[in-house]
Amino acid sequence: MNILFHIGRYFEFLGQVFGRPERTSLYGRRVLEEVDQLGVKSLGIVALLSVFMGAVITIQTASNIDAAWIPRYVVGFTARQSVILEFSPTIISLILAGKVGSNIAAEVGTMRVKEQIDALDIMGVNSASYLILPKIIAAMLINPFLIVISMFLSIFGGWTVSTLTGVVAPNDYIQGLQWDFDPFTVTYALIKTVVFAFVITSVAAYHGYHTKGGALEVGRSSTTAVVFSSVVILIANYLLTQVLLI
Amino acid sequence: MIEVIGLSKRFGSAQVLTDITATFAKGVVNQVIGKSGSGKSVLAKCIVGLHRPDSGRVLYDGRPFHELDLGEKRVIRQEIGMLFQSSALFDSMTVLDNVMFPLRMFAGMTASAMVKRARFCLERVNIVDKDGLYPAELSGGMQKRVGIARAIAMNPKYLFCDEPNSGLDPQTSILIDELIKEITEEYGTTTIVITHDMNSVIETGQNILFLHTGRCWWTGDRKALLASENEELKAFVFASELMRQARRGLLGEA
Repeated sequence: MNILFHIGRYFEFLGQVFGRPERTSLYGRRVLEEVDQLGVKSLGIVALLSVFMGAVITIQTASNIDAAWIPRYVVGFTARQSVILEFSPTIISLILAGKVGSNIAAEVGTMRVKEQIDALDIMGVNSASYLILPKIIAAMLINPFLIVISMFLSIFGGWTVSTLTGVVAPNDYIQGLQWDFDPFTVTYALIKTVVFAFVITSVAAYHGYHTKGGALEVGRSSTTAVVFSSVVILIANYLLTQVLLI
Repeated sequence: MIEVIGLSKRFGSAQVLTDITATFAKGVVNQVIGKSGSGKSVLAKCIVGLHRPDSGRVLYDGRPFHELDLGEKRVIRQEIGMLFQSSALFDSMTVLDNVMFPLRMFAGMTASAMVKRARFCLERVNIVDKDGLYPAELSGGMQKRVGIARAIAMNPKYLFCDEPNSGLDPQTSILIDELIKEITEEYGTTTIVITHDMNSVIETGQNILFLHTGRCWWTGDRKALLASENEELKAFVFASELMRQARRGLLGEA
């Protein structure tokens, strides 16, 4: 019953978010600010995670494929497929659900408890649209770039570890990266990323927007936002994979 | 003028407001007083449209707010200025940007005209030299002043102040009260002040509404308040010995 209440209220909230904005000219600047806040400021953590993720995938794949009849370039192939299909779009989105999602829920929740959202409503501003729509648009625009960077850095991390440790010959790794490449895998990853960006921002904003109480409740909203958006990402991941790859 | 007619509101099983009828006159400071939990804030939120009443009407110069469509409500909302208890300034904006915010959204003015208007409002509340600071860098009293400047930026017809003196020292409280009174008289706004501050009520009360257990219990001005024999009102307003002495002094009793 509780979950049905939240689902209903979430869609009602989306109706408000996509309702008529007051001054569309102001939204452009707000979107750019959010691109910086949600995207550019996440670049560091995404880069760091991606390089190490790529390195670890390469080492694990190489250490698990030691049969003589399996060509060594399979390590590069597996690393590429794992990174493009799953690790970059899904794992990085889950990380962003933690970083960006909690940030959005805390920011919007604090605005709610400090009556700033009431102030917007009383002025006649569509507060949900003014506060949330730029975040959703910004994340849907910038996250694909973050994920492409993540893919590149993960693969680079794998190459670096192959060069430094010799767990697989760099030439074999590069051959594997190029072997049987299907560009649709990137398209699939980017479609997932855009959907996940929408989920992260809208679910987190929903929890922040409906915060009641004080600092404790803001913290609780932030946690709930991360849990809910992570669960929705996992469900959406399964559904999109079923629809797009099967 | 704002008229509230037969307004009732309940949350779940709790009846918060029951059949409130009141008139808030133009050009005077109308004060709503009552104990914590008596329904003052809920009444204010019903009047400004943040809560929908279960029954009753709110008329803004004859316009029934809750019966209007979204566009018509938006017009009235742009005529409302509100000072919140927490000031509700936007943390990410400077003082100047906070005051300019409603102008940016609705006024359709040039950038220079907006800055001029915002500076005028800040000057009106004597805080123009702080326009580049962020809300977190201001004291509570300064935040209230900026809140008032933002509330009057659009030349509101209706001004709402929720606990304008809460958290302020007595001197700053008096300054804020005087400012609200001056602005009300200068611009002819219909001002509604929700307050707990009995000093403020006795000093400036022109039209006082006392809420008790969610009902409109008593109305009158400061003179009538001092002379009232209403037990609940007396128990609330003159709760302290100091206030009882003040009452006796003001009534000229021995």
